[in-house]
Amino acid sequence: MNPQIALPILIPLLAGAVSLMFWRSRLMQRLIAVAGTGLLLLASVWLLVSVVREGILVLQVGDWPAPFGISLVADLLGAIMVVLTGIIGFAVALYSLATTGRGHEAYGYFPLMHLLLAGVAGAFLTGDIFNLYVWFEVMLVASFALLILGSEKAQMEGAIKYVTLNLLSSVIFLVAVGLLYGMVGTLNMADIARRMASLEDSGMADVLAMMFMVAFGIKAAAFPLFFWLPASYHTPPVAVSALFAGLLTKVGVYALFRVFTLIFHHSPGYTHEILLWGAGLTMLSGVLGAAAQYEFRRILSFHIVSQIGYMILGLALFTPLAIIGGVFYIMHHILVKTNLFLVSGIVHRLQGSYQLKRLGGLYRSHPWLAVLFLIPALSLAGMPPLSGFFAKFIVIRAGLEAEAYGITAIALLVGLLTLYSMIKIWSEVFWKTAPDRDEVDANPAVDQREIWLMSLPAVGLALCTLFIGLNAAPLYALAEASADELLAPERYIEAVLGPLGETSP
Amino acid sequence: MEPLLAIAIGILFAAAIYMMLRRSIVKLVIGLMLLSNAANLLIFVSAGLTRGGPPLVPQGMAAPEGVVADPLPQALVLTAIVIAFGVLSFAVVLVRRAWEIVRADDLDRMRDTDT
Repeated sequence: MNPQIALPILIPLLAGAVSLMFWRSRLMQRLIAVAGTGLLLLASVWLLVSVVREGILVLQVGDWPAPFGISLVADLLGAIMVVLTGIIGFAVALYSLATTGRGHEAYGYFPLMHLLLAGVAGAFLTGDIFNLYVWFEVMLVASFALLILGSEKAQMEGAIKYVTLNLLSSVIFLVAVGLLYGMVGTLNMADIARRMASLEDSGMADVLAMMFMVAFGIKAAAFPLFFWLPASYHTPPVAVSALFAGLLTKVGVYALFRVFTLIFHHSPGYTHEILLWGAGLTMLSGVLGAAAQYEFRRILSFHIVSQIGYMILGLALFTPLAIIGGVFYIMHHILVKTNLFLVSGIVHRLQGSYQLKRLGGLYRSHPWLAVLFLIPALSLAGMPPLSGFFAKFIVIRAGLEAEAYGITAIALLVGLLTLYSMIKIWSEVFWKTAPDRDEVDANPAVDQREIWLMSLPAVGLALCTLFIGLNAAPLYALAEASADELLAPERYIEAVLGPLGETSP
Repeated sequence: MEPLLAIAIGILFAAAIYMMLRRSIVKLVIGLMLLSNAANLLIFVSAGLTRGGPPLVPQGMAAPEGVVADPLPQALVLTAIVIAFGVLSFAVVLVRRAWEIVRADDLDRMRDTDT
């Protein structure tokens, strides 16, 4: 028995349920939000430590033997993702204490946040493909409701696009699961992988691989399936944006990593080639989209898309170094992107707008905030010695070693354009003088304590970025161990099903 | 039976996509409903159809006699129906709220968040 695998799922579920019981008590909901996410962070760290020590951990739910019951599996990639979920959940919970209005809390902001975290953690830990679908849906339903909290016009319009495309992706995923079951007769991912290896007919396997690629590609916002993301991510309250930006698309990326290393690695010349070009176009279209935008959160949303490209590039090159780069990139990106959204929320609180034209002069009035923005921004663009430099460096080096020069050139160019975008925000928001007072809305009353509470998680995440940047070797080793596991799926299969030949087919 | 169901599923998918491509939001939701039903039927058929063979083990025996239906896809379909029901009821409420706020049943008029 390994209780630590179930804890990251159970804690947020339980916290959400308890939070619902205190529907009317604002104070209790806030306490539970902080305590629940804090516990989640602790449990996830415990999980990561034990996975590092003991290798892949498996929990057979209800003690049903492996291919029949649902298995929860924590390998290194899953455990790393759960730790990141814990960090982001805790940071956003603290942040939302200051930013979430009474109206949003009354409509269940905190219970929904717990439910979302449970869905995300479940998706990272499950070893059953249908169960993965269920966790996706848990996460989606929570995100739908969070997205429209407040019911503003833009939110409704964004939500319709978000809901439609995500439901479409779920249906494609479901159909693919059904067809896969019809073909191999099992839902356990390890068992599927074992049977796919002995399957003769690879035509159908390619079709299924494409269906999974499209389904997860929509979730991960890869080219050309990303249009729901910039249409919706800038509409909800900023804490929700930050949570979505950090976690939701990365669940899609994680699913791509899982499926294309464990199940569909039979013809990388076909599937991974398509992933490769998808990655290149994702990077380019995201960064070019961002260049045309003049709204703080919309620029950041487009950059999510372009960064997703780097992660998929790591998967698509499919060499050991590239997978290391992909995993490292995910670790770096989740922290940095959430941090940037948190900073955008602080700027909005100080000056009351997200439009770059109406902002300005913040360097003079709040120099510490400018530094707080610069750290994640330069890290996103890949400046040494911050975390983004190492992430980009590994991916690009892997590209050069794999002799994929075209895609490496794109990756370098996109890094430059990212820098351009970040400098645009920097010069508009912080450097230029503030626009005339009468053009700007009356500044909202700023409560110093709130600003302090909002900055706390942003500072924490910035320190994480710095820590990764200055201390990259241990994290590189972690990513390397995780890539080793991903490239040797036999270890995953053996951990779940037991040594080969022991279970009857 | 399977070819017939396959054709029915194809028609359902086609109708769903057609409805989703219309401009009206209500038709979009109807399209989503058809789509989830088509997916459920597809899972049901993809695991093979049997007639009158419930997967029950008779008393005193270790395995059921003869060919029986596979219970797993039915469980999957059941789960998927419940999930789709929840999500679609959310979508219906969303459309109603969106209509109240935007006052339009036309996707082409929802351009505020387009890029």
